Amino acid sequence: MEMHDAKRVEIIIEAALESRLTTAMRGAGVTGYTVLPVKGGSGRSGQWSRAGQVTRGSGMVAVVCLIRPDRLDALLDAAFAVVEPHIGVVSITDAQVLRAERF
Amino acid sequence: MTDILELAAGNLISPIILSFVLGLVAALARSDLTIPEAVAKGMSIYLLFAIGFKGGAGVAAHGIDTTLVLTLIVAGALSFGLPFIGYTLLGAMSKLSTIDKAAVAAHYGSISIVTFVAATSVLEAQGITSEGYMVAAAAVMEAPAILSALWIVARAGGGSKGTVDAGLYREILLNGSIVLLIGSFFIGAITGEDGLETIAPFIVAPFQGVLCLFLLDMGLVAGRGLRDSRGELGLPTVAFGMLMPLIGSSLGLLGALLAGLSPGGAALLMTLSASASYIAVPAAMRVALPEARPSIYLTLSLGVTFPFNLTIGIPLYTAISTAIVGG
Repeated sequence: MEMHDAKRVEIIIEAALESRLTTAMRGAGVTGYTVLPVKGGSGRSGQWSRAGQVTRGSGMVAVVCLIRPDRLDALLDAAFAVVEPHIGVVSITDAQVLRAERF
Repeated sequence: MTDILELAAGNLISPIILSFVLGLVAALARSDLTIPEAVAKGMSIYLLFAIGFKGGAGVAAHGIDTTLVLTLIVAGALSFGLPFIGYTLLGAMSKLSTIDKAAVAAHYGSISIVTFVAATSVLEAQGITSEGYMVAAAAVMEAPAILSALWIVARAGGGSKGTVDAGLYREILLNGSIVLLIGSFFIGAITGEDGLETIAPFIVAPFQGVLCLFLLDMGLVAGRGLRDSRGELGLPTVAFGMLMPLIGSSLGLLGALLAGLSPGGAALLMTLSASASYIAVPAAMRVALPEARPSIYLTLSLGVTFPFNLTIGIPLYTAISTAIVGG
């Protein structure tokens, strides 16, 4: 089966910023992404748990997308403009996908 | 004074307060007791719908008068003005940064709808009636304080890297709580007493029980917040969390006298002015002032001021409004 190179970008960001981030990603040419709930964690801003939040808006979400390598820089520029002042983690890993035309 | 203390003591052993205390103690003791997120969200929707509907039905029964307009103007002015007082007071009492002070001040200009719901419950239990449109006053007081805080930061040169755009204003003005509260208020006002009678078995009879469970969850959240933020708040900042509600409620009383509210309405305006937001404002602050620390403003609002208002504030404001406005 033919495999194609891709980049998997995972951005963990405050839930209040979710719509701004996904809008910026679409603007950068991302055609698909997945938003996942985050249960809790710990980092430079301290420990937190979803159970300890008054509303979902004060928690975190993970936005995951797979893109063609040539689109990575545009995505990172757009995403970083949203993430930079806020709590969040951006990571990129090499991936392989079937059906390259979907990315 | 003795009457006020007796009323406060009586309020402390009500089911809603004891439910909150149970949640608080359970969280501080690190119990694994939790209310599922979807259940808490469902209860929140129920309480907002019920309180909005009953307020609207009350307006339909008693009609609209000039006091309504005056009350809404006073409510908006309080929400705009209180952050400036809070910011100045924090400057005198603490060494917080400009952005932290402005963020905290925004919370104290806005309102806690759960505190408002608890106050209406206490008034009902004591047989004190209030103007139905106080629900609209609560909705009016949600947002202006955020604008005041942003203005304070801009003027003080706080230099936040946050985003203040049309999307933020839309999120503030059309946040789910405001839409539900105002929407159910209008449904209640349109359908009136007949509409209320139709759904009373759902929104009147179970109300107190749902409020107990919701406050149990609030106690759990407040307890976890206090536990996780131990050491973040200094004594002067904690003192601010109890002093600011007293200043806010005093101004609320003045506003109630200006608007000509009843003792019940005055108690609710005092409660609204004394309460601090922990839903709408924190979300707006994360977007607009990301440098402000949630461990300060959220812990202060939810861990200090909310329990203070619930246990001491509401009975105090009720007794004072009854003595001054009712007298």
